[in-house]
Parts: sequence; structure tokens; C-alpha cells
Amino acid sequence: MELNQLTIHELQEKIKNGETSAVKITESVFQRIDAVEERVHSYIRLLKDEALVAAAIADENIKKGQIKPLTGIPIALKDIVCTKGIPTTCGSHILHNFIPPYDATVVEKLRDAGAVFVGKANMDEFAMGSSTETSYFGPTRNPWDLERIPGGSSGGSATAVAADECIASIGSDTGGSIRQPAALCGVVGLKPTYGRVSRFGLIAFASSLDQIGPFTKDVEDCAIMMNVLAGFDTKESTSVQAEVPDYCQFIGRDIKGWKIGIPKEYFIEGIDPEVNAAIQKAIGVIEKCGGKCVEISLPHTQYCLAVYYIIAPAEASSNLARYDGVKCGFRTSDARDLLEMYKKTRMHGFGAEVKRRIMIGTYALSAGYYDAYYGKASQVRALIKKDFEEAWKKCDVILTPTTPTPAFKIGEKTDDPLQMYLSDIFTISTNLAGIPGISVPCGFTAAGLPMGVQFLAGHLEEGKLIQIASAYEKNAQIEKRRPKL
Amino acid sequence: MEFETVIGLEVHAQLLTDTKIFCGCSTKFGGAPNSHTCPVCLGLPGVLPVLNKKVVEFAMKMSLATNCVINKSCSFARKNYFYPDLPKGYQISQFAYPLSEHGYIFLDVDGAQKKIGLTRIHMEEDAGKLMHDEHNPVSYVDLNRAGVPLIEIVSEPDMRSPSEAADYLKRLHEILVYLEICDGNMEEGSFRCDANVSIRPMGQKEYGTRAELKNMNSFRNVQRALEYEIKRQQYLVECGGKVVQETRLWDDASGVSISMRSKEEAHDYRYFPDPDLVPILVDDAWVEKIRRELPELPLAKRERFIKDYQIPEYDAGVLTADKALSQYYEEVVKLCGKPKQASNWVMGDVLRFLNEDKRDIRKCPITAVALADMISLIEAGKISGKMAKDIIPDMYKTGLSPQKIIEEKGLVQITDEGELIKTLTAIIESNPGQVADYRGGKEKLFGFFVGQAMKATQGKANPQLVNDLLKKMLAG
Repeated sequence: MELNQLTIHELQEKIKNGETSAVKITESVFQRIDAVEERVHSYIRLLKDEALVAAAIADENIKKGQIKPLTGIPIALKDIVCTKGIPTTCGSHILHNFIPPYDATVVEKLRDAGAVFVGKANMDEFAMGSSTETSYFGPTRNPWDLERIPGGSSGGSATAVAADECIASIGSDTGGSIRQPAALCGVVGLKPTYGRVSRFGLIAFASSLDQIGPFTKDVEDCAIMMNVLAGFDTKESTSVQAEVPDYCQFIGRDIKGWKIGIPKEYFIEGIDPEVNAAIQKAIGVIEKCGGKCVEISLPHTQYCLAVYYIIAPAEASSNLARYDGVKCGFRTSDARDLLEMYKKTRMHGFGAEVKRRIMIGTYALSAGYYDAYYGKASQVRALIKKDFEEAWKKCDVILTPTTPTPAFKIGEKTDDPLQMYLSDIFTISTNLAGIPGISVPCGFTAAGLPMGVQFLAGHLEEGKLIQIASAYEKNAQIEKRRPKL
Repeated sequence: MEFETVIGLEVHAQLLTDTKIFCGCSTKFGGAPNSHTCPVCLGLPGVLPVLNKKVVEFAMKMSLATNCVINKSCSFARKNYFYPDLPKGYQISQFAYPLSEHGYIFLDVDGAQKKIGLTRIHMEEDAGKLMHDEHNPVSYVDLNRAGVPLIEIVSEPDMRSPSEAADYLKRLHEILVYLEICDGNMEEGSFRCDANVSIRPMGQKEYGTRAELKNMNSFRNVQRALEYEIKRQQYLVECGGKVVQETRLWDDASGVSISMRSKEEAHDYRYFPDPDLVPILVDDAWVEKIRRELPELPLAKRERFIKDYQIPEYDAGVLTADKALSQYYEEVVKLCGKPKQASNWVMGDVLRFLNEDKRDIRKCPITAVALADMISLIEAGKISGKMAKDIIPDMYKTGLSPQKIIEEKGLVQITDEGELIKTLTAIIESNPGQVADYRGGKEKLFGFFVGQAMKATQGKANPQLVNDLLKKMLAG
């Protein structure tokens, strides 16, 4: 096995034993990038020089015995988290030249933990999309089938891990943007509880839904990443002030006696038969592990998509108002007055999907429509939260498919936004309720496309997710495959 | 037709916190453009607001001082509109859930107390400033002011004349300054006011269509603008026209207001709860803590002055209109123990000097100690009131104590009886005619002898002593 193919915990062992060095690991990652990046396009920007410097410093520290949780580990960052002095585009023309004068809190934390940043990963523009096709910098391709999408919006972060172009990565999840691409690319992806990981420096899409989380090659790596990422941040008012457990302690524990809720509303018509079969198999594995599966109901599930597509665009329409050409980013050079500058800057700076959502959101907040749309959606959102609170009385964890289908073809749904939106149907409720969710690989279709199973838990119960995901991963014996590139 | 005017006011007051409402930047006025900014108040991508607790406490003070009910829970909302001085494209304000509501203050209207309702007080952030290049089609943005905390104080439409409105503003201004939460500087924009004005035929219950007036940056301007607006509306109605709902901009130089935007052009601000901030929960203990911190307010102080110092209502009003002035006055009284005399000197000479120089009482060269000393010297008969009148301009000019000035000028009052008798004898001897007339019953001539005595002593003679001696000597 090449170094770039290993997990964080495997590399940590090798580093500790002196079998390898941070520079060697980083070089192996960039060799892989040289070989496959042209076809996959995981990255908007590579940080090779910076990475090699950081790796050399990591090696100095290793020599001194100063080894931190991520010392020398090459990590990719979704280009939505601000990096001081390094362009952060959010996949958009309007921010193509934006260089933040500050690091996102997660970037600081990862740097402090010794991480080596490989590059800024590709994404749907402003995280609005489920396929990474709306990126201003061109689409990312699924390493398992280059004709297909990797999912989105954190597509580049998912493919970078799946194609071994990094060891782990950071994504953000507003309605499934970590879990959906994780499932479609065959990697582990966790969306933490709202407020568990700081949003400071995360370019906002929908502030009440956005959450940063990791993509990793296995569940143990996910726990290691969460140990670094989680925690209260004084720079964020919605940050949760609560103890952070050592997530690694949940690895390898059994789930005997746990009740696993299977929400009947998630097994709908239109779900791909192969996905359905894989999930049924996963349920079997969980039962073999000692979990007891019970049918539960989340009665407001059918409204999730509608609620999400009011609340998220409404918040986005306001969050994206700051891209006006005045302070930073793209500004049209062809304007005679202020109004024209605004119009042309935003017309040419934003892509079609972003403009669609700004218009939907502006409409939903307009005088005379607010009560019927945003107001009603907020009320239903409260009911969706309540559905989960009721569910936790009957079960410890909920199991669902992560996506209704495996990866679809590039271009297949770009002209049909509603079809595109449906690919997040199983992941959206989690964000609306603010609870954590994880997607774990659960096998391959006959065509060799990966699929994912999703586990959901109550507020701040990421530990439970890691525990069940780790038990499932160990017992499911999913065939170890690597994409043929 | 007779009309009644209906006025409601919206006041924006900048709070005197050290740092901005959602970041740690300085709130100082002035400073090189954009020197008091950070990624948060610049509204750069990815940043988040964190509320400055001081802002809530200052706003709570104003709420309590104006009898508002502080809500147990309030929250921030986003007011969305595009303008280059608004870096995020929205202003963080409060909308559906303001900090406090249902307050009131009293005004003196024709000798009676009139209650003016306060609809609400809410917190929000200020915007930046635009500067337009006069020679080139270029504008510059200074965001030093962006994120400076404001409270907006909204009144009920309870005022019925421009002078009531001006009075209301003065009262609010006074309270804010007393609370030390706003410097009240109208030119620098720390205290700003918009007015909603309408007229209706006398006796009609329904309100007329209102116009909103903006850009009035002094009490006088507010009154002028309101007077103009009322005339404009009356003229419109009398000519068979209709008042339209619109926002009008007061132009001080030309003394007229001009239409800025109509109702149709009004912004749809698309308010919604700010998801980046959590609701503010205010419990009773917090309210009580703030209540205990409240200083004595102008109205209470006025009443106390009248009662404790036995000074006229008018004097009390003048002396308490400015907190620093009231403190100066009280200091003088404390030191000399003569409230009425202190009030006369402060309101007479001291305020006249300050007004002439447009100087603040806090920068008055005559210290409270010096003024109290001067009053004590008069009381002790060391100097006459006339001498005091003569030295007080020097005290103001030099900042020296009255003792020092008296000493330098050799102005000590003559209280030596023997010396005075000599002087008076000389006067009596050189004016035999007047003496004879006086003794013959022309008692008015007594003043002539006093005047002569003062002239001869250059005003240094103790007047009481001169009186006593003259009476005796003239009696023969």
C-alpha cells in the first residue's frame, strides 16, 4: 500500500515508529494528485509548496517527540473555510479573488493539531448543489465512475479522500453536503450537532443549518478528526458550551441492547432497489451486532424538503447580500451608477443555481409572503425537531439510507432542480433538527458504485454515532476496494 | 379649517460603549477611515457576530429610565437592504421582539404634565459613512461607524406641536446624557431623530396620512422642519390636495423638505430572525442589578433642588438641564452652604461666560471651589458683591482663586473703623450744603454720601460699616 492510501491512525503508527516521515506522506499524496487530479478535479487550489514546508516542520517536531493528533497528516479543506492569506472562493466567480485575512476556527484547530493542508477542495457554488456541478471552477468527477457526479456540495472533499488525494478532509453540511457525497464516493462522512464545531470562518450558506464535519477513510479516523474539530468557540454565538468527550473511546465498543429506529417514512417509492437491498443488509448486520431494530415514525418527513427549500434560501438570500462588489471579490467594471454596479456584479458574479436560491429566498421573506412561507416553514421545522425528540423515546439511534440512489450521471439532473433537490431527501431532516448524522459505506452496486448507510442520533451524541458506525464497519465486512483510476 | 398636528418620533442614540456591538473594535469618533474595523464589522465572508453585553445593559438603563417594560426574552433580526455603507447587506436590528416596550415620559405643557408614550426601545448596529469625491465620480466608504451600537427609541404619536416634539427630544437627550450611555452630540450624529408627521381636522379621531422626515440634526432643525411640514400639509389639504405617504429629507440651508421616496419606492426590508445570534434572556435579577445602578434622573433632581435648596423652579430647571452643570452647582453649594447665592452666580456670570465662549461646564476655568470661596468671602464681609462682580471675569480668564486675585489687586475691603471715619469726616466737611439738606429732611441724600465714600475708597469700603458710621456721623 502506498502511504497516501493509509488512514490517519495507520500513518500515526508509522510516524511514531519512525517508519515514515511527514514529508514522505505529503509527497506521496502529491504524486497521487499528479496522477489523477486532472481526471477527478477534487481541488480548486493546491497548496503543494505550503504543504511541503508544513510537512518539514512536522518532521522537526516529530524528531523532538512532539507529536500531536494530526502531525504530518495531509488534509484537504473545502474551499468554503477561510484560510488566512490563501484564496477562498466558495466555488464562486464572485469570490474568485478573495483572500481572507483570517483563518476559520477549524483551520486554526487543525493547524494546531499538526495537520498539513493539501489544498482547497472543489464544491458547488456557495455549497448550493448536490453534485459539485455548480462550481465556477468546473465539476468534480466521481472516482468510481468519471462519468458520474461525486455528490455535493462537498464533492471535492469526498473525492479527495476516495481517490487518496489526501488522508482526510473537511466539508460542510447544510442539507446533506457531507453525508451525501460521502455515500456516493464510498467514504465516511459526519455532520456533527449544530453548534458542536465552530462555524467561524465558514462562509455562510444557511446559518441555522450549516455545520462543518470530516470526511475520512474509516470510522476511527472520523473520531480522531472530531477530537480536533469539536468544541466551544467564543467567536460563535450559536456554539455549544459542552464537554467534548474523547471520541476514540467509542471505537470498537459493542451496541448490544441498543434500539435502532427504522423510520418507515424513509423507505419510499423511488428508492433505488440496490440501495434498498444494501440498507436491508445493513439492518441485518446491526441486528447481528446485538442491536434491536424497531420501526418508528417521523411523521413530518414529507415536509422536510419543502421546509428546507424555504429556510435555506431565505437565509442564503440575506447571507449572500454582502457580495455586492463594494468590499471584496468580483466587481463589474462596466457600471455607470451604484444600482448598475450591484446588478451587473451579482448577475455575472453568481451562477444560475445561486441566483435561483437568492430569488426563492427573497420571495419567501417578502412582505405579504413571510407568514405563508418563512413563518410557516419555521413552525413546521419545530414539528420536525419534535418528531426526533419523540423518536429518541423509542430508540437510541436511527438508521436510514443516506441517499435514495447511487451517483447519477454528470448533467443528468442539472436541468431539473427538483430532481436534484430530491437527492438530499434523507439527509435534510438532520440539519433542520440540528442533530448529528453519519454516513458509512455499505457496499457497492452491481455497476461498482458505492452506497452509504446513515445513522442519526440525538443532540451532542456523536459518540453514539461513532460507536454504532464503528461496530457496523467492523461487522459488515464491506469489501475493500479502491477506485480504478 | 382648523387642524390638529400629530407627531411621533424615532430617536437613534449611539451608545458610549468602548467597543462595537458585535466585535471588539473601538467606537471612538474620528480616526483615519477604516482604522476601527475588523473582519466582523467589515462583513467579510465567514465571520460571525458576538453580542457586547454592555450594549444590552445600557439599553436596559434607558428602558428603566423611561418606564419601559423590559421583555424577558428578546432577539435580533436582520433588516435587509443594499447600500455601500452597510457591509453585510443587512443591518442587525430588533424587530418582532424588542428589548423593551410600553414606556412613557412626562413633558411640561402649559404648566401641566403631559404623558408621552414610548412604543419600544430596541438595539441595533450603526452603518458606515460614504464620502463622495467632489471632482470625480468616485465614492469612498468609511466603516469606522459600522457596528457602533445604537438604541432606537420609538414614541407613540402623542405629540401635538413642534414645540412638544422639541421638548420631548430635549427630555430624552437629557436622560441619555444623565445615564452616561450617550454623549448626545447631535452634530457628530450620536443623537439623531426622524419624525412622523400628519395633520387631521380638529376633532377627527383617525390619523391623517403621515410623512416621515429625516436629516434634522439639531433641536432647532427639528422644530423648523416640523413647522414647515405642517404648513406644507395644511396648504395641500386646503388646496384640495392630498398628503401622500412618503419619506422627506429636510434641507436646512434652504429651509424646505424634499421628497426622498414614496410609499411605492419604500424598501421591503424582509426582516427575519438573525440565525447567527441567540435570543437574549433577561431575568429579574439582572433588571434589578441595572435598576440599582441608575443615577438620579433629571426630573428627580429638579424636584430635589427645589425642595432641598429652596430655589425657584426655573433655576432648578436650568441647573439640572445639564448633568455636569448640576454637579458643579451642587459642589459649590456643598462648599459654601448658600444655595440661592450659588444659583445666582452660576446662572448669571458663569453660564454667561461659558455661553459666550461656547464652552462646556466641564472645562470651566472657575472651579467649584473658587466660586464657593468667592461666595464665602462675600458672606464673611471680606469683599462686597460689587467687588465680586469685578473679580469674577478675572477668575474666569485666569483660573485663579478669588483670594489670589484680591491679593494681586490689593482689593481687600476696608473694615478699619478709624481709617473710614477719617475718610467720612473729610467727605462731610467738604460737602456742607448736602449735609445741611440731609439734616433738614432730604434723607435721599444718604445714598450720595455712600457713593462718595465708595468712590474715595475705590469701592473697598465695607458697605455695611459705611452705612452704620455715616448714619451716626450725619445724625450729628
